[in-house]
Amino acid sequence: MEIVLVGLNFRTAPVEVRERVSFSTEQAQRASEELRAQGILEETLVLSTCNRSEVYGVHQSANRESANALSSFLSSFHCVQPDKLNPSLYHHYDHDAVRHLFRVSAGLESMLLGEAEILGQVRQAYMRAQEHHVTGPVLNRLFQAALEIGKRVRAETELGTRPMGVASAGMKLAERIFGKLNDRSALVLGAGTISEQVISQLRDRNIGRLYLTNRSREKAEEFAQQYNGKVLEWGEWESSLKLPDIIVSAVGVQETLLTKALIERAMSARGNKALFLMDLGMPRNIEPAVASLYNAYLYTIDDLTEIVQQNRSARQSEVPKAEALVEEHVGKFISWQASVELIGVLDTLRSSLKQRRARFLQEKLAGTNHFTAEDQQQIGAMMDEMIEKLLISPAERLRAEKEHRKKVQNVEALRDLYLSDREKP
Amino acid sequence: MTQTFVLLTVLAYLSSMGLYIRFLYTGKEVTGRFATLLLFLGLGAHYLALLFRARAMHSVPYHDLQGSMSLFGWLLAVTYLCLEIYHRQRTVGAFVMPVILAFFFTAYLMPDHPGTPTQAHGVVFALHVTLSILAYAAFALSCVLSVMYLAEGRLLRIRRLGEVVWRLPPLELLERMSHTSVLVGLITIAVGTALGFLAVDRLPGHSSYSDPKYIVTLVVLVLYAIYLQLARSATWRGARASMLCVFNFVLVMLSFTVVNLYFSQHHRYF
Repeated sequence: MEIVLVGLNFRTAPVEVRERVSFSTEQAQRASEELRAQGILEETLVLSTCNRSEVYGVHQSANRESANALSSFLSSFHCVQPDKLNPSLYHHYDHDAVRHLFRVSAGLESMLLGEAEILGQVRQAYMRAQEHHVTGPVLNRLFQAALEIGKRVRAETELGTRPMGVASAGMKLAERIFGKLNDRSALVLGAGTISEQVISQLRDRNIGRLYLTNRSREKAEEFAQQYNGKVLEWGEWESSLKLPDIIVSAVGVQETLLTKALIERAMSARGNKALFLMDLGMPRNIEPAVASLYNAYLYTIDDLTEIVQQNRSARQSEVPKAEALVEEHVGKFISWQASVELIGVLDTLRSSLKQRRARFLQEKLAGTNHFTAEDQQQIGAMMDEMIEKLLISPAERLRAEKEHRKKVQNVEALRDLYLSDREKP
Repeated sequence: MTQTFVLLTVLAYLSSMGLYIRFLYTGKEVTGRFATLLLFLGLGAHYLALLFRARAMHSVPYHDLQGSMSLFGWLLAVTYLCLEIYHRQRTVGAFVMPVILAFFFTAYLMPDHPGTPTQAHGVVFALHVTLSILAYAAFALSCVLSVMYLAEGRLLRIRRLGEVVWRLPPLELLERMSHTSVLVGLITIAVGTALGFLAVDRLPGHSSYSDPKYIVTLVVLVLYAIYLQLARSATWRGARASMLCVFNFVLVMLSFTVVNLYFSQHHRYF
């Protein structure tokens, strides 16, 4: 039983191809069922995110043929010409497929190195596949190990600790001042893409109260409905600015929106409690002198970009640690696979030897008539016992072998020496 | 026996400090847990060191300057441990442990200073001394927290965010922890002082209340009460209140050392 993986990601395929080959939940289930029904794979799991679509499977012998069958299936399933799809696809078999999944789960294959979302996506894909009974012992074990390595990498390395986006860096900074944000309030100025990213980050952190204001009230109301916020009137700064602990401004205006005097009055109205300001506008929306106000913490887009840059290089330096953890888990998985295979090989060898014993006895005792049926049965039982004794010692030694590479080699040798191709499990 | 426990205390505290610092840089939970465990073991060894020393001297630990400094360190460690458990915040350990060690080393490395026999005895007197030193320990902790607040606030303002800043407690939590600490200090020093007056009243033929220590303690009490009030006011909340807290502790240290040693008649070493 070997593992095969066929897929594409942001490195191998442009977005036009990725969006054509992406799977909805329903499509993932249907594809898995069809792959099993057509006999292409025995176990299947589809992992589909905005940056990758991958099909993991288990087959008796995972090789180029099974991978080609899987590629053809993908092109017909998504109605994409093979010559357009195939150049974007990558194929991995067995240990390489295991390593690839572990790297994905660890965030090493992500566009944003070390991002945490992928671990949740792997978990969801696995849970859905389990619900639909399309996985089996090998993929169950593989994905459980993948989730474990994902957690370990995030717990034992710095790969996922530092924010990598401007919006998340800002939120992390706000948490340095206030701690948890669930009893805090935030005001977002603007309703563009950046504002939406910030609102999404605030919602992820269960912000207590969310206020929105925009020159076009309709757009602000759209966001307010989507993210459960309250719309404030644009320009009524005196009343709006005293409400929040966090102010985020991402508006495309030429003049300064929030002056030092305005913020000073707002600070005074709220008892000089700490105020965190993020100026993501270009040109800047908040007067730089606000930074000098007591208990006001102002960060501009440049400050946040610099933090993200620092974090990126810090994350990069954690890659070797994460890779070492991945290799450790790949080794463990291979070892588990070898021990499972050992049981399979021994069972096949045992039944093969018993069949040979039966044929041998049949041939040798055919011409004799001084053995009763009871005698023949006894001889058969004694020979069976001998077969068991012959198998015990190598089986124990193979099980005791700690080095997984040697264990795999020995299982392969046993298979090659004693079993014909037809008999190999 | 005392030397053995002193050595064990040093080993445990030093290892604990090392692990707290490592925890600050790596954020590994297991490292933090070991640091707390070692601090707990250090507290046990420190307690036994104090006990055996007191037994060997046939006196209480606060009879001389070494003993009272050592007790100060022990109570500071106890207070910190309680705060760590209450707020589930281990990163402060890396900043408190050096202070605990400083008190411990000062106590055991300073030359012997024969103690002045004190007239007061008994449970009330013992409680007076223990509560007063506990109050000083709580004030020491609030000072450390305030220094941390000032440093983190400064780093956030100048946008120098290295490895450590991301793991420090949020500014508002540091503020709350400092307030809790000062509140504990204020309550214990108030009760301790009241018990002190009670102990003085019980002394035969003693009626003097002119010890400069009384005035300094009163000033400390008032200053910390002012701190608690100002820390919630619009003008002072944040960095200014933290600076006041640090200033107050300087006064506490002066009271504990200079006033005790050179001005007080009845509070020579506590």
